[in-house]
Amino acid sequence: MNFIWETFEGMRIALAAIWANKLRSGLATLGIVIGIVTVTLMGTAIQGLNRSFLEAVSTIGADVLYVQRFSWFINSWEEWLKAEKRQRITLAQVRAVEKQMRQARAIAPFVETRRPVNYKNRRSDSVTVIGTTDQFQFTKGISVALGRYMTAPEADGGRPVCVLGSTVATNLFLIESPVGNKIRLGSQTFEVIGVLEKQGDFFGEFSSDNAVIIPLQQFITSFWHSPDFQIQVKVIDIARLDEAKEELRGILRRIRRLAPGTEDDFSIDQQEMFLSMFGRVSRTIASVGLFITGLSLFVGGIGIMNIMFVSVAERTREIGIRKAIGAKRRAILTQFLIESASICVLGGLLALAIAYPVTLLLKKQLGGAMSPTVVTIALLVSAFTGILSGFFPAWRAARLNPVDALRNE
Amino acid sequence: MNLIRLENISRRYQMGAETIHALRDVSLTIDRSEYVAIMGPSGSGKSTLMNLLGCLDTPTSGRYELNGVNVSEMDDNQLAEIRNREIGFVFQTFNLLPRSNALHNVELPLIYAGVAAEVRRKAALEALSQVGLADRIHHKPNELSGGQRQRVAIARALVTSPSIILADEPTGNLDSNTGTEIMALFEELSNHGNTIIVVTHEEHVARHAERVVRILDGLIASDEQVAGRVAAEEYSK
Repeated sequence: MNFIWETFEGMRIALAAIWANKLRSGLATLGIVIGIVTVTLMGTAIQGLNRSFLEAVSTIGADVLYVQRFSWFINSWEEWLKAEKRQRITLAQVRAVEKQMRQARAIAPFVETRRPVNYKNRRSDSVTVIGTTDQFQFTKGISVALGRYMTAPEADGGRPVCVLGSTVATNLFLIESPVGNKIRLGSQTFEVIGVLEKQGDFFGEFSSDNAVIIPLQQFITSFWHSPDFQIQVKVIDIARLDEAKEELRGILRRIRRLAPGTEDDFSIDQQEMFLSMFGRVSRTIASVGLFITGLSLFVGGIGIMNIMFVSVAERTREIGIRKAIGAKRRAILTQFLIESASICVLGGLLALAIAYPVTLLLKKQLGGAMSPTVVTIALLVSAFTGILSGFFPAWRAARLNPVDALRNE
Repeated sequence: MNLIRLENISRRYQMGAETIHALRDVSLTIDRSEYVAIMGPSGSGKSTLMNLLGCLDTPTSGRYELNGVNVSEMDDNQLAEIRNREIGFVFQTFNLLPRSNALHNVELPLIYAGVAAEVRRKAALEALSQVGLADRIHHKPNELSGGQRQRVAIARALVTSPSIILADEPTGNLDSNTGTEIMALFEELSNHGNTIIVVTHEEHVARHAERVVRILDGLIASDEQVAGRVAAEEYSK
């Protein structure tokens, strides 16, 4: 009961004190305002970054299942040897998957090899030659910068056409447009029908910048008669990725004639790898960014501590009176903590009022407006800063000796 | 049983290398409903005695029993509770909170006692009307005269119904007429059975009390009942 009344009294005193020293409190809270503005903007920017990454990931295939003999995550030589002994994934099996899989938006077989590529006297050693179908543009989420992608009849009929990755195109063609010209891949000639948009290094080995895409049928006749296929399956609903994965697994086990109870002799992988990598990067950015902006909040906190020491010093006599008539240490401590927390929360509110229009203006750059989470965190952080920086002055006030405090003029 | 029992109380202060003996082995008892004046020149130790009696300070040695409770070894928080419950202070400089009105100033001890808002307000109004300030409850200290401020302070001292009202030079900052009014108020409170201790160096203030304790050099020099006690009204004439 005492505590409730003491808290009420503390709030009354705090607001009266802040009101009585409007200019001083305002200047003291400026540091907190700046700190919270930067923290809020940083928080909003980080959230925006996360969101745009997740969007980007879904275009490159977080909703795509990758089937192959070798798992992406082979941890030992033994595992590799075991995978090496597995039966290959054949074209017939690919066709069967294409026919049976229900929860797929697109299914593309995928084989690759390395070959040098020539155009007239220009040459690029060792580009990745990918044999696939028209569906690959959906599973891979690629877009064409110039010309067009291959059609279904071209993929099946095996006409010698090709689509170039952006790096290959810039390496081979200086001024001319690649589209319509013929390049040589190993000993074969292919007509360029399109150039892909640059994907960038972000996707690492998954990038198709240094690749030439040719129809699957061409790949089989020109380079490799019975290759080990990989299959890319883009699912209909990313929320039901696991379900689709189970369906795909069932189909593969059936067509590869695996007895019940035996291990899978194939691997289905997802781009979780990207997500976890991004998670690491984003956590680093967030912690470094928040640390730096936190420094400005820290400076603000020191300002509050300073002003609270002044407040305690000039109210020593008041503290003496309160203690003489029965205020315990806790009551005095609470009073000053509430005062510093109030100054900081007012600063936090002011900061949000400033930061909100800024996030609206920078919506494009930040990738979104302020979220309720950020608002809540900002207010909690400012209250916490106030309590933390007010604690030492308040503690000194609470420990004042009433006789000395009353003698203070 | 005595209300106040001091047994061999000493209080020493360390001032650098020097030890100051503010009180030396003082023993004193005060009964309920007594009206005692403590007198002495400055530096005699009377302020130290007042601080000890008011539980604002603890003795270096000796035992202080207040209302049957040994308070000489209590900590800061326990003393705060005793002050809140047992002692009403009246200071020379009033010591009101400048930004609060009379009512809130009088309510303050009850806030720290944890009394609910309505009860608090009722008690404060009663105390203010007892000192004749029922029509000034919303005035702030700087809107009141010196005498009125001291009355607010007395109301604040009364509001918790303490065992002792402890006044330190209560008329020191007042003109003689107002001072006399305040002394009359103390007399009235004394007649209602309150225990009053007034610390002063003025003879005419001390003459209102029933008993005068004189302090000199940290020792009790004399302790006597006042024979020719002066009523406040007579004094003012």
